[in-house]
Amino acid sequence: MIQTDILIIGAGPTGLFAVFEAGLLRLRCHLIDSLPQAGGQLTEIYPKKPIYDIPGFPEVMAGKLVDNLMEQIAPFNPGFTLGERAETIDKQENGQFVVTTNKGTQHRAPVVAIAGGLGSFEPRKPPISNISDYEDRGVSYIVKDPEVYRGQRIVIAGGGDSALDWAIYLAKVASEVTLVHRREGFRGALDSVEKIKELSQQGRINLLTSAQVVGLSGNGRLQAVDVNHKKEGAIKLEVDHFIPLFGLIPKLGPIGDWGLEIENNAIKVNTFDYSTNIHGLFAIGDINTYPGKLKLILCGFHEATLMCQSAFKIVNPDKKISFKYTTVTGIDGLS
Amino acid sequence: MENSEIVVFVTDREGSEHTIEVPVDMNLNLMEVMKGSDLDVKATCGGMALCSTCHVYVLSTHSLPEPTDAEEDMLDQAFDVEDNSRLGCQIKISAELNGLKVKLAPEGA
Ligand SMILES: Cc1cc2nc3c(=O)[nH]c(=O)nc-3n(C[C@H](O)[C@H](O)[C@H](O)COP(=O)(O)OP(=O)(O)OC[C@H]3O[C@@H](n4cnc5c(N)ncnc54)[C@H](O)[C@@H]3O)c2cc1C
Ligand code: FES
Repeated sequence: MIQTDILIIGAGPTGLFAVFEAGLLRLRCHLIDSLPQAGGQLTEIYPKKPIYDIPGFPEVMAGKLVDNLMEQIAPFNPGFTLGERAETIDKQENGQFVVTTNKGTQHRAPVVAIAGGLGSFEPRKPPISNISDYEDRGVSYIVKDPEVYRGQRIVIAGGGDSALDWAIYLAKVASEVTLVHRREGFRGALDSVEKIKELSQQGRINLLTSAQVVGLSGNGRLQAVDVNHKKEGAIKLEVDHFIPLFGLIPKLGPIGDWGLEIENNAIKVNTFDYSTNIHGLFAIGDINTYPGKLKLILCGFHEATLMCQSAFKIVNPDKKISFKYTTVTGIDGLS
Repeated sequence: MENSEIVVFVTDREGSEHTIEVPVDMNLNLMEVMKGSDLDVKATCGGMALCSTCHVYVLSTHSLPEPTDAEEDMLDQAFDVEDNSRLGCQIKISAELNGLKVKLAPEGA
């Protein structure tokens, strides 16, 4: 069981900055994120875009801002559970919360700050009506262990880097690889596109462009995919595995069932300290809503700062906060 | 002023058509127009061709500028993409688009 003072769900800019403000009050933090890296939307959606409305930075690359935040919070030694989604929350009799991830990792803290942004980033699922029937029975949205595909017939769908990279890699492992893509051109790194064309000429990848996977069939397990080809019409491919790789999309997910007041996919909070209707549970950044709410990084930073004041009182009911500037105290890290 | 406003027709996901009057001199794009009329367009990325929540089918025969690589790349991650698919945020409102007819694509899963 991981024990901390403030458990932060979501390692986007808001969650990261909360670690800093908490650290100034000598509160320890641990962050959970379903993504394998910190940074939320900034690293997942727009790492190479410049941002112009961070005070004091006339222009900063989103990826760089996240690097800077990581450097800024490093003295406070936050813990990270990455690549896992916070699934359930339980309040114990002593008032502490226990948050368990989809992989079973347990975390305990007297304060939980939900900084979940637009939601947990999950793979986009193609709108094929029976696709959920075959999940883990031939359909997977991420490649966890390439060895699973050894000697198997697989169809990959998508046109971005991950679709290209996995098609190239799995061509060495699988007995048959088909890559289905909606148009002739590919985005993604030029070398990968070249490599795909080369493998296709050598007959090691079956390239189906201007085509989309439209149906799945099987008998308890996936046996065939139906492809709609712009020129050739319907094609049925016998396969063992179908791997659709269409990037990630944020979804509110399990937090929606935690008994919180939800409005338009966001958690209602009290703007005094961004507390929710559950004592000890706060919501900061893009995930919350209140009259006048703006989904901006700047606002998330402010919310995180005020939240920490109330968090301190919950963690240390008998202590008083003395407010001090960082110019006076400097940064006194946590070991 | 002549032609300072145009009309666009947007069919929502329930199938009803909305007639929207749009000023042409405000540098708007179609995503902003739809969002401004309370149509269900999330526009998560704010119009940077990075989310595909503004995916529409163009039903009228207006000739639109060809999609950029960025727009094609994002359409690759969308579903139910057809030959007439476009991202609303990449369609700039101009006087030539008077009478434009579009339909919102199904929401991506
Ligand atoms: C293209 C684009 C451009 C933008 N430009 C600007 C700009 O110029 N200026 C500006 O201020 N803002 C901008 N924004 C908005 C800004 O990115 C957001 O306001 C900011 O990312 C919110 O930070 P956050 O930490 O609250 O949430 P997020 O960045 O969304 O991070 C939330 C994290 O929580 C995780 N999470 C959620 N639920 C769970 C769960 N149950 N378990 C585990 N992890 C979970 C998610 O995986 C995610 O990583 C832009 C956004 C986009 C998409
Ligand atoms: S608003 Fe995100 S792609 Fe158009």
